[in-house]
Amino acid sequence: MNDIILYTILILVSLGIAAAIILYVVSLKFKVKEDPRLPEVMDALPNTNCGGCGFPGCSAFATELVNADDLGPYHCPVGGNDVMKEVADILGMEVEEKDPFIAVVKCAGAIGVRKQFSEYDGAATCTIASDLYSGERGCSDGCVGLGECVDACDFDAMYMDEYTGLPVVVEDKCTACNACVKACPKDIIQLWPKGKKNKRIYVACVNEDKGGTARKNCSLACSGCAKCADECKYDAITVENNLAKIDYETCKLCGKCVVACDVRNIVADHFKQEQLDKLAERRDARLEKEKEARIAERQKAKAEAQAAKQSGEQKPLDEKLNDSAVPEKTEKEEVSTNQNPDVV
Amino acid sequence: MLFDLNNKLKTFHKGGVHPPEHKLSEHAAIEELPLPRQVVIPIFQHIGKPPKIVVERGDEVKVGQIIAVHEGFVSSNIHSSVSGKVGRIDEVIDSSGFRRMAVNVRVKDDVWDESIDRSDNLVTEIPFAPKEIVEKIMEAGVVGQGGAAFPSHVKLSVPEGKHIDTLIINGVECEPYLTADHRLMLERPHEIMVGTKILMKALGVDRAIVGIENNKLDAIELIEKVSREYDGISVESLKVQYPQGGEKQLIEALLGREVPSGGLPMDVGAVVHNVGTTYSVYHAVQKNKPLIERVVTVTGKKVKKPANYMVRIGTSVTELIEASGGLPENTGKIVSGGPMMGKALGDMDVPIAKATSGILLIPTFESKRSEVYNCVRCGKCIEACPMGLEPYHLMLLGKGKNTDEAKEENILDCIECGSCSFICPSNRPILDYIRFGKSSVRKAENNQ
Repeated sequence: MNDIILYTILILVSLGIAAAIILYVVSLKFKVKEDPRLPEVMDALPNTNCGGCGFPGCSAFATELVNADDLGPYHCPVGGNDVMKEVADILGMEVEEKDPFIAVVKCAGAIGVRKQFSEYDGAATCTIASDLYSGERGCSDGCVGLGECVDACDFDAMYMDEYTGLPVVVEDKCTACNACVKACPKDIIQLWPKGKKNKRIYVACVNEDKGGTARKNCSLACSGCAKCADECKYDAITVENNLAKIDYETCKLCGKCVVACDVRNIVADHFKQEQLDKLAERRDARLEKEKEARIAERQKAKAEAQAAKQSGEQKPLDEKLNDSAVPEKTEKEEVSTNQNPDVV
Repeated sequence: MLFDLNNKLKTFHKGGVHPPEHKLSEHAAIEELPLPRQVVIPIFQHIGKPPKIVVERGDEVKVGQIIAVHEGFVSSNIHSSVSGKVGRIDEVIDSSGFRRMAVNVRVKDDVWDESIDRSDNLVTEIPFAPKEIVEKIMEAGVVGQGGAAFPSHVKLSVPEGKHIDTLIINGVECEPYLTADHRLMLERPHEIMVGTKILMKALGVDRAIVGIENNKLDAIELIEKVSREYDGISVESLKVQYPQGGEKQLIEALLGREVPSGGLPMDVGAVVHNVGTTYSVYHAVQKNKPLIERVVTVTGKKVKKPANYMVRIGTSVTELIEASGGLPENTGKIVSGGPMMGKALGDMDVPIAKATSGILLIPTFESKRSEVYNCVRCGKCIEACPMGLEPYHLMLLGKGKNTDEAKEENILDCIECGSCSFICPSNRPILDYIRFGKSSVRKAENNQ
């Protein structure tokens, strides 16, 4: 009886020792070499797994960072420059500061601004609705208003405004992770630099229809009149396919285009109202001056023509037209060059 | 007794539903609608590539004159359906719901192209070779008029190595409310029969079956009588079941053959054409008349005069509704097509296209979708699916954008008949999400 107990214990103990030895050898042989900096980088990252960096989660991004030779192309939009600096310190590398971005909604077609033609009551997601037809409101490029972007946001940084039916970005919470941009089937949302003192200027329209069609459907649509582009000294605005686009890299945030827009659909975030009013006043004054100059020019031409008629000289029609056209143009140029310095 | 007989009739065996029929306009003879003052002819009315516009603003056109030429093989010609002056060529919202190019023509007189034979006499002789027939059908811009608008000449061009033994003429019209095909069979049976003979010659087959559902007894009787004059054409009455008008379902019902997943009817030796298409084929080949008009049913429970009209392509929907007694009060939805597969229109001024089989006005109390509840896993959608899919599961895969698994579950086999959404006791928008899943699977395939 005692023997049986003894043998049992011996066999089990020897089995245990043998298994331990095998496991030890195997663990030595197949050890996964992990970069000791990886957990540190993981701790530094915000661990929100939003995918804003372009990788499927923070862990994948950390692995990529540890193996990278240069941190230049990598950026964590959620953590921003602070986190990237911390990561760079851990990895012993340098990283450039990048301007923070924010999502902007490039559609102003609120309820009432755009005519509503039909009512959609199918499955309530923007992608399905826009796969089916051109939408319940006039402009087929504008916001569908079913809030797929809001659902996509992991940071609670968006909500649908009850009164306008458009999504609103909460500035303090938006991390520019790009989720809403990807979710929007109409490509209305775009990442835009947060700007100095949070100031930004962008055109809140993406419609490329001809001016008349666009305005018929939405009273705030960009008609591509190019008044803003004429106003811009820095060539930051281009008008392509009946739509004005602002290049944020060249834009100097002077605000002149904002007041030049007929429908005031160039959004100027965090600009003081007085500043815009002042710009508008100056523009109006300048336009008034130009108009007066033009009238004066026309009267002058008329007087000259009369004088010529009286003196009996008969000029051919073409020449007359040329005469009146040329001086007007030069006058215009003079006016604008005179005006510019004192506006700045 | 009758019930038993109905059960003995042929039909397809997987799934299917039987929605209330409401064939309100089945006794209304086809009326010719007076010429509209203006037509808007959409350029892209078919599956495939959009054709190229060959007219300019200000041009004078005649009825039947070509205004857009097909680009590539899977495309179709577009002809002017009226005579007059070409107006604006611009994007308009058409029955697809999207902005697409369309040609406006202001109507002046009714001058037809000289090559078109406008007489009513029946031409039964078919002097053309199969290739010439296909060529003529292609020139005439004939597309499938059952709903999908697939160019007909493509269906007639059988690739080498495939053998076709049967032509099926689809007179099923399984959609509730619609009666356009039914009336056409009753009023133009000889044209349809000659059209069938032409299609048989083009395909080189000596057997054609006309499939008609058992709720159109008068049409079955008439076509049966008329078909005795033509060799090789027989008529089969089918049990009433939706979606029997689907190609794959009809082939199974008539021939007992199953089209493989991802395959075409040609793979099982059959080609299916709609009766409306057959009628246009007759005119295209024997009379040189392109597809410029079609029969459209205007119907609905509150419509004063449910009717069937012979309409020129490009006529505004408003005009059809006016002809049927105007828009009834409390109309909630205007649907182009039938209630099961049709599409609600966002605009009343949408032009009639080659594939518009009906205009259905749904009163407000029926037009809204009911409240959506959770899925109770009852499996009714699986029972109803004629393709043997699992709609509830595909819906979730579509919703979760799980494209790989959705593709494995054969989401692309879905024919979008809507039986699942119809039968669902929780009113779930199953088809909406399956359609979304299909489009994301296709997008993923294109990206690869």
